[in-house]
Amino acid sequence: MTNRTSLYQHHLDAGAKMVDFSGWEMPINYGSQIEEHTQVRTAAGVFDVSHMTVVDVSGVDAEAYLQRLLANDVARLDEIGRALYSGMLNDDGGVIDDLIVYRMSFGYRLVVNCATRVKDLRWMALQTTGYAVSVEERPGLGILAIHGPESIERVCQILNDCGREGESEAAAIRALGNFRGVELGDWFVARTGYTGEKGLEVILPAEQAPQLWEALLTGGVKPIGLGARDTLRLEAGMNLYGHDMDETVSPLSANMGFSIAWEPSKRDFVGRAALIAQRAELEAGRLPILTGIVLEERGVLREGQTLTCRDADGIEIGQGVVTSGTFSPTLKHSIALARVPTYTASCDVDLRSKATPVRMVKPNFVRFGKKVFE
Amino acid sequence: MSTIPDNCKFATSHEWVRIDEDGIATVGISDHAQDALGDIVFVDLPEVGATIHAKDEVAVVESVKAASDVYSPVSGEIVEINEELLDAPETVNSVPYDGGWFFKIRLEDAAELDELLDAEAYAEHCEGE
Repeated sequence: MTNRTSLYQHHLDAGAKMVDFSGWEMPINYGSQIEEHTQVRTAAGVFDVSHMTVVDVSGVDAEAYLQRLLANDVARLDEIGRALYSGMLNDDGGVIDDLIVYRMSFGYRLVVNCATRVKDLRWMALQTTGYAVSVEERPGLGILAIHGPESIERVCQILNDCGREGESEAAAIRALGNFRGVELGDWFVARTGYTGEKGLEVILPAEQAPQLWEALLTGGVKPIGLGARDTLRLEAGMNLYGHDMDETVSPLSANMGFSIAWEPSKRDFVGRAALIAQRAELEAGRLPILTGIVLEERGVLREGQTLTCRDADGIEIGQGVVTSGTFSPTLKHSIALARVPTYTASCDVDLRSKATPVRMVKPNFVRFGKKVFE
Repeated sequence: MSTIPDNCKFATSHEWVRIDEDGIATVGISDHAQDALGDIVFVDLPEVGATIHAKDEVAVVESVKAASDVYSPVSGEIVEINEELLDAPETVNSVPYDGGWFFKIRLEDAAELDELLDAEAYAEHCEGE
């Protein structure tokens, strides 16, 4: 069965090319993916990401439950509205999903991937044993992500058109720091993005999404498809679940080390024991790492391409694989994330049966519209 | 989507060929093909002077979505390539039957054209995909 968001007709009206995305009919682009990409880097665009799964966690043990469930520590969320990125791991330390968790007045809100919805909910339910906690999916909520250098101002300007308390809500939104959110009646507005630009996520009752969408488009914000969402996140060096990591991959092999809260050492989160062993493997050079690579000549790096990797002495030490690759519309050449042996110092990619040298860089290519790697 | 020009013949692999004059034909990819590929970011063209056979891989189109081979619908010698596409590959998206042409070829055997689809048959072929 195919699911549709409350904006389905609005997508068609905007000229969207619709594709199946994990059982949802979603817009891949509205004409040109590259123009949409540039729109977000230079002005403001809106994404319908209502297919993503919202899960609310409440109850007296909500904090303790999430401290067990997640590799990052929700105790770091010392104020209502703060947000955290985390992996949700299995006992082997593999990544079941990556997610954002917000601290809310009622407890916590998680936003997880749509492609992993069923297994995520099953896993979360399984882990509730022994905790006084309620884990509730919120299918009635929609999410609009508005991103780009002009995005926050554009949203603030159209609040009155959506029947909101324009002035006070705009002040609250403008005051938000990065990875902070605020509950505004039945809306939750947060600055947690997936593009490398300033931006807002608005989580709201799905039936209100069309009014916000229309007001944004009238206010000059352009609709952006999931195609540009992918090139924007890759330029920002951000992972995509199912591509850059999955249940067979350690978060330490997926640049997710920053999201593992090792301290306090007595916090026994799912996967901790396996991660400790993986950390020793990494230090011994036996765990592959995720790196950024760039191809500055003609050609496009694509997921699945093989890399031949060499150490600092030029000795071949094994193969790597491109986990996400694309043409970067901002840089005008190809960029990718690739998993390679630990001590890789240089590599060639098999580009249509031709060994082509690529450059290894930190996996962060574009921030705020500008190139960020050396 | 623009209409399919009836002065072209088409391969089932979505290339078009148009006879200009004196046995010289121009080849490109169809509007249907460019639409399916999405934004085109690189085009690799054959070399002038190369002799090719019908159905040979002669060019490569890289879009935001995928790399895709372009096959020559006819046999002959490449006499000219559209170098503008090297700097402005998006021309293939905007005007596939006009400024977005790929190469010109001196036909070896005009009878090969009879094996290709006319506009109407090509439209049906696209419908059926």
